[in-house]
Amino acid sequence: MTPLQACLLVSAFLFAIGFAGAVTRRHAILVLIGIELMLNAANLNFIAFWRFGPHPEALAGIMFVLFSMALAGAEAAVGLALVIAIYRHKKTSNLDEVKDLKG
Amino acid sequence: MSPALIITAIVTILAAATVMSLRNLVHCALAMAITFSGIAAIYLQLSAEFVGFAEILVYVGAIAILIVFAILLTRSGESPEKSVLTSGWGAGIVVSVLVFTALGWAVLNSAGLPKAATAAPETTVKNIGEALMGKFILPLEIVGLVLTAAMIGAVIIALKEDPKPDNSGRKS
Repeated sequence: MTPLQACLLVSAFLFAIGFAGAVTRRHAILVLIGIELMLNAANLNFIAFWRFGPHPEALAGIMFVLFSMALAGAEAAVGLALVIAIYRHKKTSNLDEVKDLKG
Repeated sequence: MSPALIITAIVTILAAATVMSLRNLVHCALAMAITFSGIAAIYLQLSAEFVGFAEILVYVGAIAILIVFAILLTRSGESPEKSVLTSGWGAGIVVSVLVFTALGWAVLNSAGLPKAATAAPETTVKNIGEALMGKFILPLEIVGLVLTAAMIGAVIIALKEDPKPDNSGRKS
């Protein structure tokens, strides 16, 4: 197994774990953690392909990861604010109980 | 493939599996910090040092703290007595196993992946800064705008609501 394949396998496992967490866990914060894990898996893919690809001096992979990190930070901030707002409104952060759009 | 890469990969995978299997949310957040540290270590070994340190700063530093604050504010630090899984969790597990199988099969059997390891590229912070300020200046500005908008939006969403909604003038 080449190092590229090892990195891609780790990233595939991270994606699968993040997906499983986002789909099966009941707490809203854990769903956000799962989404962060999936984003990190994508970032790991970018870095692996950048490192073992034909043109690493172009820095495209690094730039992609930096911008994706910034967007992930924005997403986490807004998502956690939404979780806090929903908790304040409904006194729960259990996603099975937050079903209706109308408050 | 170096042994260090194997060890960090195993630690990362175990920590990621721990995040999604523990019941207590605080423990989940700590395991998440370990996962992100492991990913940062993998970045360092792939000679992407700047991204590795940015990962530690952004994820271990900021997002883990943000998540701990959210756990504090939603008072969900204790282990729940009921089930922590949603009602249709079996289907989710099946789909994620399928996703991993498909991705792993594609990675192991794809012929287009580059086989030979190239020499480590020369990436200094100076190079990255020049690229950010030259070729990627427009995305950088747009990301700055997005971050500002997201910050203002997060503050407005999480703002405490007015206890008396019949007031015409909005306070707070």
